[in-house]
Amino acid sequence: MLPDTKVMTRQQILDLYFMDARWKLIDIAAFIDRVERAAGDHDFRMTAFRSALLELSKGNKERAKQVLLAFSDPTTKPIAQAAGKGAVGAYKPVAES
Amino acid sequence: MRYIEPHAHMVSRVTDDYVKMVTAGCAAVCEPAFWAGFDRSSADGFFDYFCQLTEHEPKRAAKFGLPHFCWLCINPKESEDLRLAEEVLTIIPKFLDRPTVLGIGEIGLNKNSRNEMTVLEKHVDLAARHNQMILVHTPHLEDKLKGTRFIVDLIKNDKRIQPGRVIIDHVEEHTVQMVLDAGMWAGMTLYPESKCSPARAIDMVEIYGDERIWMNCACDWGVSDPLAVPKTALEMRKRGHSAAAVDKLIYQNPLRFLSQCPRFKLADG
Repeated sequence: MLPDTKVMTRQQILDLYFMDARWKLIDIAAFIDRVERAAGDHDFRMTAFRSALLELSKGNKERAKQVLLAFSDPTTKPIAQAAGKGAVGAYKPVAES
Repeated sequence: MRYIEPHAHMVSRVTDDYVKMVTAGCAAVCEPAFWAGFDRSSADGFFDYFCQLTEHEPKRAAKFGLPHFCWLCINPKESEDLRLAEEVLTIIPKFLDRPTVLGIGEIGLNKNSRNEMTVLEKHVDLAARHNQMILVHTPHLEDKLKGTRFIVDLIKNDKRIQPGRVIIDHVEEHTVQMVLDAGMWAGMTLYPESKCSPARAIDMVEIYGDERIWMNCACDWGVSDPLAVPKTALEMRKRGHSAAAVDKLIYQNPLRFLSQCPRFKLADG
């Protein structure tokens, strides 16, 4: 903690960030509805997305970290060759490739 | 308010961005070598790019009274081609004595491939042989955790490198602790669509402290904001942080890290 930080109260944090978080949450809900309305196949990104969403209700105090971990490549060895330059936001398990 | 922008790809930005940054209080800008958005076809392309970074861009910034510094490397996005990387690595030493060069960067990993690891190792060796500081790019999104582990381990294992002269950039909540635990500096990149938002960056400062941490905008040719650092400073003030705390994070901290390179000098001191 910064030595001179005036820690905001929970009420102050809610006053500052609640509307923004509410807007983002509704946007996520609408995104899931949009995906489910559309025709198409199963996609590994939505599997990771739903796993990440579960982290929000587990009571863990490091939710941001846990969400990031849910999207992360858990393997520990370099890949043989980079097929491209971009990242897609979620790890694609080998069995699904 | 004063701040140092320690990571910005100004060759991709318009001159108006320099005006805005200086108006917002920017006291210096540092530009790591980067991927152009397309693969350069030869080492000659890098030679021209390094001339741009060390000759042309400092002059462009100087028109607005802004000191411009740079870091040199072949970016990990172009490290899959080992032959090209080897050629570029032979060019870099020719530029290391130029007056605005701070060190080797932004090296690192992109997709965590074997060739990227090989080129990263060669860059770290180059830095060690020439006693250069290091600025590291960590991979994007799902590749960041794994890549950051590789990078931290590789650098830790090279005993010639002092961890305090290394900045690991683009940390997020799942990587910041491992970087700080390794004794290195952690850079938080403020992006509109990925990496860190201002609110999350300040959360991390409140949780992990303000030692060995800096913030940067990493603005480039993509969706990015050259004023992300001063905007985050405003967010800090809204959260009750003092002007002194803001100054430490966005001016004094980068000044402390960058001043380890004797070439990093600001007009006022």
